[in-house]
Amino acid sequence: MIAATEQLGTYLESFTEFQKRAAGRDLPWLQNLRESAFARFCEVGLPTTHDEDWRFTNVSPIAKISFELSRDATVTKQELKQFGIADLGCHLVFVNGKFSRELSAIGQLPAGVSVSSLAEEISANSSSVESHLGRYLDIRRDAFSALNTAFGEDGGYVHVRRGVVLTDPIYLLFISTASDKPLMSHPRNLIVIENEAQATIVEDYVSIGETVAFSNTATELIAGESAVVSHYMVEREHRQAFNISTLRIQQGRSANVSSHSVLLGGGLVRNNVHPVLAGEGGECLINGLFIGNGHQHLDNYMLVEHASPHCASRQFYNGILDDHAHGVFHGRIIVHKDAQKTDAKQTNRNLLLSDDCRIDTKPQLEIYADDVKCTHGATIGQMEENALFYLRSRGIDEISARKLLLLAFANECLDRMAASVGRDHVEKLIHAHLLQIANSVKPLSTVARSEDLGRNLEEVG
Amino acid sequence: MSLLEIKNLHVKVDNHEILKGIELTVNAGEVHSIMGPNGSGKSTLAQVLARREAYDVTEGQIIYNGKDLLEMKAEDAACEGVFLAFQYPVEIPGIGNAYFMRSALNAIRKYHGLDEMDAMDFLPLFKEKLKLLEMDEKLLNRSVNEGFSGGEKKRNEILQMALLEPKLAVLDETDSGLDIDALRIVAKGVNTLRSPERAMIVVTHYQRLLNYIVPDFVHVLVNGRIVRSGGPELALELEETGYAVPA
Repeated sequence: MIAATEQLGTYLESFTEFQKRAAGRDLPWLQNLRESAFARFCEVGLPTTHDEDWRFTNVSPIAKISFELSRDATVTKQELKQFGIADLGCHLVFVNGKFSRELSAIGQLPAGVSVSSLAEEISANSSSVESHLGRYLDIRRDAFSALNTAFGEDGGYVHVRRGVVLTDPIYLLFISTASDKPLMSHPRNLIVIENEAQATIVEDYVSIGETVAFSNTATELIAGESAVVSHYMVEREHRQAFNISTLRIQQGRSANVSSHSVLLGGGLVRNNVHPVLAGEGGECLINGLFIGNGHQHLDNYMLVEHASPHCASRQFYNGILDDHAHGVFHGRIIVHKDAQKTDAKQTNRNLLLSDDCRIDTKPQLEIYADDVKCTHGATIGQMEENALFYLRSRGIDEISARKLLLLAFANECLDRMAASVGRDHVEKLIHAHLLQIANSVKPLSTVARSEDLGRNLEEVG
Repeated sequence: MSLLEIKNLHVKVDNHEILKGIELTVNAGEVHSIMGPNGSGKSTLAQVLARREAYDVTEGQIIYNGKDLLEMKAEDAACEGVFLAFQYPVEIPGIGNAYFMRSALNAIRKYHGLDEMDAMDFLPLFKEKLKLLEMDEKLLNRSVNEGFSGGEKKRNEILQMALLEPKLAVLDETDSGLDIDALRIVAKGVNTLRSPERAMIVVTHYQRLLNYIVPDFVHVLVNGRIVRSGGPELALELEETGYAVPA
């Protein structure tokens, strides 16, 4: 514990200030929720590497900085254009965590679909928020969830009524802006997809200007019985950004949820995905791609809880690391006592492009039922010299060949995303990013030959 | 002027001298066969021609089409019309076969200042070549060589050659591991591509392939040197006597 966080004073100051003007400050239930969350945060402080769940990620850089809640910042429509989202149908834009009506376009939605900002929904319709907000995200699990709940007031609110099929994705774009002081924001999203309904949600984190910023975001996603939901999380902030995100999924009977995490940007990034398969026959796909270079630290933490029988979960994460980047895959699966016939699988594949990058991959299975199937495996390898030569011998130049091979590796993740405009958006971002990496990768002669160092750690348990 | 002139070529791999002074001249329109026992340096020669950088040329020169081939990178040699059919074609999961070949064709077209071909124009061309090699259209969208049988991989090499229309094609043991039907199909593909503008170097361990692809010249490579050269009858003789170096 970092002495109940060195910066507790700053957080307390911010919290006191926040309570005076926060959306829903006059609602006792919300006040209680925030106060108990803040108390919890004060009690535990930010995690350290002694904490098993944070063994590979040192958050002391976050603890050392005094962050302030952002004041009003403005982003112009012109500036918004660079993020390629303005023409993408229903989109909500948040600037430093605050909803911007001017930049957003909700448009025409089918009957039975409500999309708004959480702050607005709290003011206009607090009872619909009350029945879900904070019910699933456990503030005792980690300090960041507690902090988010304490400061949570705005973010995306999506509610799709029973049986309604929403074909177009809903985009939530979060912009961090430059400031003379380090800013923090705590976006909180609430997504409720009722029984038999269908929807796709894209969360996209970006920044304008390169100053230190801390986004601590949390999403509660409730998928009712037989609901089908795709969720995308895209991190593409600049390298000064800290981004901690938690996606808490609550799945009802036979619900089918896919979570796709794509980590491209950010300096210190931690992405938590925590589905609870609470009803029988649920299916959950947790798909991820992380691409790091420079000194990026990209941590993927999954906690998959099988709480009912006959559920299936699949975790597939591919990582590409270059320079001094550090990647983490920590996949935890808990199979509860009654969750018989659980079928859980976990795979992490990594491509290391330099001698100095690093990947920590850790499976962790806790099984309390006796009739289950759980497998996990991890591979680590280099770009294959043979494959590169093969492509070049056909006339494809070295950079394009590298890009093709990187793309092939990334395609494994893209192929798991159902065709949609959301997927196209993500695909475009990945392609552009890989081209950049392919351009910067050093000539192969400086990299150890793949045959010598290729390792394959496959285990079935 | 000859299409290819190899003069006193010495090549080291991991500090072992594999090629010890190769001399070879190939003119457009000719088919040369290079035969020899295992470890004689046949594949090394093929890879050097395709400009694999791991091979260290310590002496000699290769003039291809009036240019210094050893100055070229692998991709430049390919764009200049050098093609290697690999002995062991590489599997590349995640890249579709058709996409790969269109990328290759377009890289070469671009090099020559031609417009790139879009998927619509490429498809009929690709299908035509598939038919030539009697290959299933399913192979169109499968990943490059992934899960292909040995015969399919070799046919896929000749398919690429048919698409890319090289000036100098080097076939590295394209016959090994093929059953007689696959061998006939591969040979048919190769023979279709014989032309007065194109030269081929057929590297093989066995004489069998040369019944189907009849070479103009046969060279025997032993221990890094060409020890004999002759016409197609030399291949038959070798079949009888083996690769013993004449005294």
